[in-house]
Amino acid sequence: MKYDFHVLVIGVSAGGFRALHTILPMFPKDFSCPVIIVQHRMATDENFFVESLNSKCNMGVKEAEDKEQIEAGKIYIAPGGYHLLVEKNHILSLSVDEPVSYARPSVDVLFETAAQAFGAHLIGIILTGANCDGSEGIKNIKANKGLTIAQDPDTAEASMMPVSAIATGCVDFVLLLEDIPSFIIGLVEDHHGEC
Amino acid sequence: MDNQDIEIKVLMEAVHLKHGYDFRQYAGASLTRRVKKCLADTGLNNISDMIPLVIHDKAFFNSFLHNLSVNVTEMFRDPQFFLSLREKIVPYLKTFPFIKVWSVGVSTGEEVYSLVIVLKEEGLYEKSLIYATDFNDSVLESAQKGIYSIDNIKTSTLNYQKSGGKKSFGTYYHADYNSVIIDRSLKKNIVFANHNLATDSVFGEMNLILCRNVLIYFNKDLQERVLELFKNSLRAYGFLCLGSKETINFSGIVDSFVPIVKKQKIFQKKVNPAFEGVK
Repeated sequence: MKYDFHVLVIGVSAGGFRALHTILPMFPKDFSCPVIIVQHRMATDENFFVESLNSKCNMGVKEAEDKEQIEAGKIYIAPGGYHLLVEKNHILSLSVDEPVSYARPSVDVLFETAAQAFGAHLIGIILTGANCDGSEGIKNIKANKGLTIAQDPDTAEASMMPVSAIATGCVDFVLLLEDIPSFIIGLVEDHHGEC
Repeated sequence: MDNQDIEIKVLMEAVHLKHGYDFRQYAGASLTRRVKKCLADTGLNNISDMIPLVIHDKAFFNSFLHNLSVNVTEMFRDPQFFLSLREKIVPYLKTFPFIKVWSVGVSTGEEVYSLVIVLKEEGLYEKSLIYATDFNDSVLESAQKGIYSIDNIKTSTLNYQKSGGKKSFGTYYHADYNSVIIDRSLKKNIVFANHNLATDSVFGEMNLILCRNVLIYFNKDLQERVLELFKNSLRAYGFLCLGSKETINFSGIVDSFVPIVKKQKIFQKKVNPAFEGVK
């Protein structure tokens, strides 16, 4: 299969509400990558989180649905209480498998399955969070030749998640939160230039 | 197709040929994760190394099958769903002299016992017959026993209260050291039986079908087959209840149903196109 696009996956926990509200509105409306996000949150959480992001972003933000085709220019958020997985044919799946590292949705589950589906076309980002979820996923992305980024832990509301990801030795770039969107936009545009 | 996909495909073909269990239309990402977990337990190197074991080693196959099925559940999971069932569906079911209910993918039984408690408190249980099915005999056995860890009782009790429960939850189980056993009176109208959604067909006309968080494990084709099976297993005006993130919207049966409680994914089968459902 041939891709002419990148896919972005983001894992974030404590402090995520502010971090996502900072970076996601910085992507333009016509940004060509799909963005798939696991933010740890309560299963009972109503749609407030998704609606709030959607009102602030240029790209469309929605809660991921089971067996939904991943489309360019959309931001998908994992529903509370479900794991979000990527199928090889670029469809999203949900599951209620056991929590991984006490988390459901789990960043590791999203990253691992996305790495297998998108290989070198995947960009994985770990943002603020107070646990180690996502570190295994970062290793998976690297093993499948994807690109990995962590938020600079000194500027993260909770540093443990980026620190843990960086400690795997599989993170390519450590960036300030505010610099992440322009870095990725530059990267994706360069890639399209080559196509 | 990469090596891992080939190995899983051949492994699932072997499982189907030898044992009749059909995982070939399961959603790949989750199945792959569970197969890898099985592999890690064996200490073998490759997924394909498990093929001789599933063919020749009965004990291995049984534990393999157990690990492949998803048995994560709790009592009164999504209390709001059970509240809707009690408030919106039960009054309608009360108008029948006798009702048949199918609890699909019953796993270790928490879901069906939750349902039975609602039926009992609403005075429906004595005129109900409940089929509780799963494709996995070992979980069916656990479901039938109804013995659970006492650790989960706090969550269950809280869920029960949020679901509109009318009694003390303690009246439904007996505690014994670290376990609780479900009261015998809740079991008498339940028939536990093996049924495989991927291979088996319609076996009765139901007033109510509960199948929550099962369809998400299937690919689109198998989801379609199963929804059609549910449609054909419901009598006119019967109810179908799916998981909170599952839907019939993109399936061929969408025009045969009316959403009754949209948020809780409760649908009612209609018989003519103008029918707008119970209100």
